Amino acid sequence: MKIHEYQAKSVLARFGVTVPRGEVAFTSQEAGEIARRLGGNIAVVKAQIHAGGRGKGGGVKIAKSADEAEQLAKQMLGMTLVTHQTGPEGRKVGRVLIEEGLQIDRELYLSIVIDRASASPVIIASASGGMDIEEVAAKEPEKILREEIDPGTGVIPFQARKLAFGMGLASGPANKLVKILDSIYKAFIETDASMIEINPLILTKGGDLLALDAKVSFDDNALYRHPDLRDLRDLGEEDPLEVEASKFSLNYIRLDGNIGCMVNGAGLAMATMDIIKLAGGEPANFLDVGGGANAEQIKNAFRILMADANVKAVLINIFGGILRCDVLAQGVIAAVNDLGVRVPIVIRMEGTNVEEGKRLLRESGLNFSTADSMGEAADTVVSLARGK
Amino acid sequence: MAVLLDRNSRLIVQGLTGREGTFHAKAAAAYGTKVVGGVTPGKGSTTHEGWPIFNTVHDAVRETGADASVIFVPPPFAADAIMEATDAGLALVVCITEGIPTIDMLKVMTFMDGKPTRLIGPNCPGIITAGQAKAGIIPGHICKEGRIGIVSKSGTLTYEAIHQLSKQGMGQTTCIGIGGDPLIGTTFIDALRLFKEDAETDAVIMIGEIGGTAEQEAAAYIAKEFKKPVVGFIAGQTAPPGRRMGHAGAIIAGGQGTAAEKMDALTKAGVHVVKSPADMGAKMRDALGR
Repeated sequence: MKIHEYQAKSVLARFGVTVPRGEVAFTSQEAGEIARRLGGNIAVVKAQIHAGGRGKGGGVKIAKSADEAEQLAKQMLGMTLVTHQTGPEGRKVGRVLIEEGLQIDRELYLSIVIDRASASPVIIASASGGMDIEEVAAKEPEKILREEIDPGTGVIPFQARKLAFGMGLASGPANKLVKILDSIYKAFIETDASMIEINPLILTKGGDLLALDAKVSFDDNALYRHPDLRDLRDLGEEDPLEVEASKFSLNYIRLDGNIGCMVNGAGLAMATMDIIKLAGGEPANFLDVGGGANAEQIKNAFRILMADANVKAVLINIFGGILRCDVLAQGVIAAVNDLGVRVPIVIRMEGTNVEEGKRLLRESGLNFSTADSMGEAADTVVSLARGK
Repeated sequence: MAVLLDRNSRLIVQGLTGREGTFHAKAAAAYGTKVVGGVTPGKGSTTHEGWPIFNTVHDAVRETGADASVIFVPPPFAADAIMEATDAGLALVVCITEGIPTIDMLKVMTFMDGKPTRLIGPNCPGIITAGQAKAGIIPGHICKEGRIGIVSKSGTLTYEAIHQLSKQGMGQTTCIGIGGDPLIGTTFIDALRLFKEDAETDAVIMIGEIGGTAEQEAAAYIAKEFKKPVVGFIAGQTAPPGRRMGHAGAIIAGGQGTAAEKMDALTKAGVHVVKSPADMGAKMRDALGR
């Protein structure tokens, strides 16, 4: 689960990371009041969306007065912000963060993720902060520092010092970094984060280290034990159909093609998207209905598939191991009848009671095509989606 | 021969008294697996469907001589169950549970480090040795005894591969679903090492997916040490970056973990990589020159 920058900063602050003074605003009046409360000569107005690259897209602006901050917030709230991470459709800005301005001396990079190969948390640091870290890794890999953390010990001070001096910090700020690393590691473990990224971590002219930007995402599987963090979810940042699907434990991701897919199993669902593309078509979605899909689940899945107006044909690809093909067929027939689905449907199923399942589909009198292999199914659905 | 699990394995089911546990314990026994008992804390000294139930894995091992376990307990308790089975000294632990928090698995991996227990999964369909035994949810009736090994991150794609092999007249030795989570016990390389030493396995189908670098690491191992033919498929060639595709580990993050880079590494290592998931069986027939 992703959260906003201002939420990430408040989580990190709870664990002792220093962040700039600031507050979130939902209206321009609030923005003005916050800027007045903060005082100072400069306020920063930052659009809050779940995507990076906001600066280049016009989502981060400097105000020289509280009135200007209010004015900038007015322009930003409600605008559609397009960045390299939002896709061309962009994201609507619903909240802005108003922060104090700071005198920046240096910009550093810090993050923590799980390294799969070593099965340990790893801290990544770089003296090249404020830039796209993937670009730094590609162009100047020697500037990327890594420390694997032993979960038994947490961050050992010498590891923090290696990173601090590796980034060229003087001993004063280096000591502060030791504390920050300890804090973000604790935050990572205790909140079940899947990623914490501070980019940039700034060194101020006064020698302080602050998280100027922060990105935190949480492990969905662990949210059951963090009700407070679950409340930070912003449904406005998510596709409404994906939100709807998640209510029924359906794994649905909307894509921009016109062939709806309904598959059991995540791997087979990805493979089905792949084979549609190989056949010359474009998948409209990823949808894993799970291993034990019943009639109700299939109906929910159809409802969500058909809510996407781009869908011109549907491919159902089910390998029934535990799920019997005749039960699946009954579920599909019932859903199509109940929902009045009109687009052509290609069904490829395999496994237990497959012949009985096919017979039910054939005799239903509905607009089904059946296929014996994935390849055949993909070819058929692609030509049907083209209206042939 | 086959690997890890055979007709002599003595299997307990952690969570046997639950719906899933009961269903799959029966299916495993029907397939020929020696299911010797179950563990459900608080239900010790009772029986369920004729099997003795124990409060702890230690009790179950002492009383039944079990050497393997399959876990069907809910996500909040699954990491605990894996560590208990490890502590009881079982040789093989198969965890089917999907949705275990990564931080819990971090503890599991640290706990298991240096201990002799092999973990398969979590979030996997388990393991089946064709015609002999199974621990997990792979349907027995689709398998056929033969000489091909399968190692896969995905459940239903494993079934697909089995089905395609059978259509081509080829059976399987052992099929291992290693799971789609970021932190897993048995890796591609671990499974390939076992297949390398198994005289009955002639060739292997390896099914990967986007996310992480396990496939690239396997490619390096294959290039250096694995001489049997390998047919490979990577799911998620069309997956958008930054989105988690069902499995917790299936995500292209920071431009890394794409299908293209995995397919490229495997091809360079001499693996017969297929673009279409429909071609796994036919490609295996070609690779074996049949």
